[in-house]
Amino acid sequence: MPSVMIRKSDTGALLFYVAKKDMEETIASVETDTPEAWGGRVELTDGSQWYLDPISPPPRFPTTLRFTRAA
Amino acid sequence: MSTLTREETLELIQEVLEVYPDKAKKERAKHLAVNDPTVEQSKKCIISNRKSLPGVMTVRGCAYAGSKGVVWGPIKDMIHISHGPVGCGQYSRAGRRNYYVGMTGINTFGTMNFTSDFQEKDIVFGGDKKLDKLISEIESLFPLSKGISVQSECPIGLIGDDIEAVAKKKSKELEKPVVPVRCEGFRGVSQSLGHHIANDAIRDWVIGNRDGDESFATTPYDVAVIGDYNIGGDAWSSRILLEEMGLRVVAQWSGDGTLSEMELTPKVKLNLIHCYRSMNYISRHMEVKYGVPWMEYNFFGPTKIAESLRKIAAFFDETIQAGAEQVIAKYTAEYEAIIAKYRPRLEGKRVMLYVGGLRPRHVIGAYEDLGMEVVGTGYEFGHNDDYDRTMKEMGNATLLYDDITGYEFEEFVKKVKPDLVGSGIKEKYIFQKMGIPFRQMHSWDYSGPYHGYDGFAIFARDMDMTINNPCWKQMRASWQQLATGEALPLAASA
Repeated sequence: MPSVMIRKSDTGALLFYVAKKDMEETIASVETDTPEAWGGRVELTDGSQWYLDPISPPPRFPTTLRFTRAA
Repeated sequence: MSTLTREETLELIQEVLEVYPDKAKKERAKHLAVNDPTVEQSKKCIISNRKSLPGVMTVRGCAYAGSKGVVWGPIKDMIHISHGPVGCGQYSRAGRRNYYVGMTGINTFGTMNFTSDFQEKDIVFGGDKKLDKLISEIESLFPLSKGISVQSECPIGLIGDDIEAVAKKKSKELEKPVVPVRCEGFRGVSQSLGHHIANDAIRDWVIGNRDGDESFATTPYDVAVIGDYNIGGDAWSSRILLEEMGLRVVAQWSGDGTLSEMELTPKVKLNLIHCYRSMNYISRHMEVKYGVPWMEYNFFGPTKIAESLRKIAAFFDETIQAGAEQVIAKYTAEYEAIIAKYRPRLEGKRVMLYVGGLRPRHVIGAYEDLGMEVVGTGYEFGHNDDYDRTMKEMGNATLLYDDITGYEFEEFVKKVKPDLVGSGIKEKYIFQKMGIPFRQMHSWDYSGPYHGYDGFAIFARDMDMTINNPCWKQMRASWQQLATGEALPLAASA
């Protein structure tokens, strides 16, 4: 369950940063991304998948959230 | 030798790897790559931030070097105790030329060495009592210090001293911040983790100190310069450009910086980060906790300076944007004269770099402004996000090397035959004896500053002075000179 910092890049894409691993990737898709909730299965551009129970109302970025690895 | 093609470069890497045993060869192969600027993610072609192999010569430092030497050390009005045996502090004392203003020993302490000088009995019975006493002594001798940081050396972690408890107790007693930093040298694979630990210590013990205190008068143009260690005065030549364009520099991290500047940083409007590798952690923290955005900039060479000034100005209103244009216009005549003078002497020269956290990519622009080409670059302790950024800056089919070993570097230089090598003191004399001009790119070879327009003038002069120095023609005894008077390049025969 790594803590993940999520922030917007200059281009407006969401960046997924794991401090412990020094991993910074762009988020490719988010399962739930509505005005009411944000979360679910998150896929990164490198193909890895992560999961977070949808948060309602959606968080304001930048923020730190705890994700789990989705198989 | 003309520029290598992709195949030739790949062949060169294979050739160099040939001497290693199979296991080492497999491991080292992951750290050497040929650049392809179109690749988005560096991890597909280069692996970094891994443990160095036993038996090879690496130039990496330790976590203590990253914390005390880089991040904490330059904070001038704090006293940084090297907690442990005497050597770590003494041999790293004032070596990095982080310039500052102040009276050393009165209100600033940058070049002094404070150590608890561990002896056998401290290892056996623990060193907490000694640390307590030491802090009291410091307070009586240097009452104008604004705070104290305890930089752990290896034994502290090994014997399990509770420096946090001592720090809390003394902090209350002295009413000054006493910051314990768990940067024991054995942590991590290089100084990089030391940067991270130091950033975390700043986050936990410094950044929040003035939360809720609104007495500091802010302006809409407040910025902080982060990750500039003022080597040879770098931060000063950067700062004047920012101030000329109308911004107010509230804090310098950490070259010529003070504790109160650091405490005020969360109140700025924008964090400007020069050394991404060593200070991105704290910038990210301030973005999440205080909503202070951060951006990377590059003040090496006029092209990149102008680019960065415009990028910084885009965060602010028209007055700053106009200010940025004015600053660029003001210095145009100056830097054009420098380029006109030095470019003809340096045009087409090829450079290989191997440095630390930001320079392997940041100085590329400055060399290009002088008509030079960087044909190989690499980081001692970079991570993949550094290589992501580097690969876009470098030309196609150039060499990338991570945590290069002494042997590999020598072989690459022999084959690629650059006109200049830029690296550190440990490499300097090897390459000079091979007859290759060399500049130290850690300490600017005791010159500097190299940041900003003023720094570019010094940079250009230094590169010219090194490459076109007549001594490189005198590398052979006079009876071995060729008839034409041209000296054979030694590297070819070495």
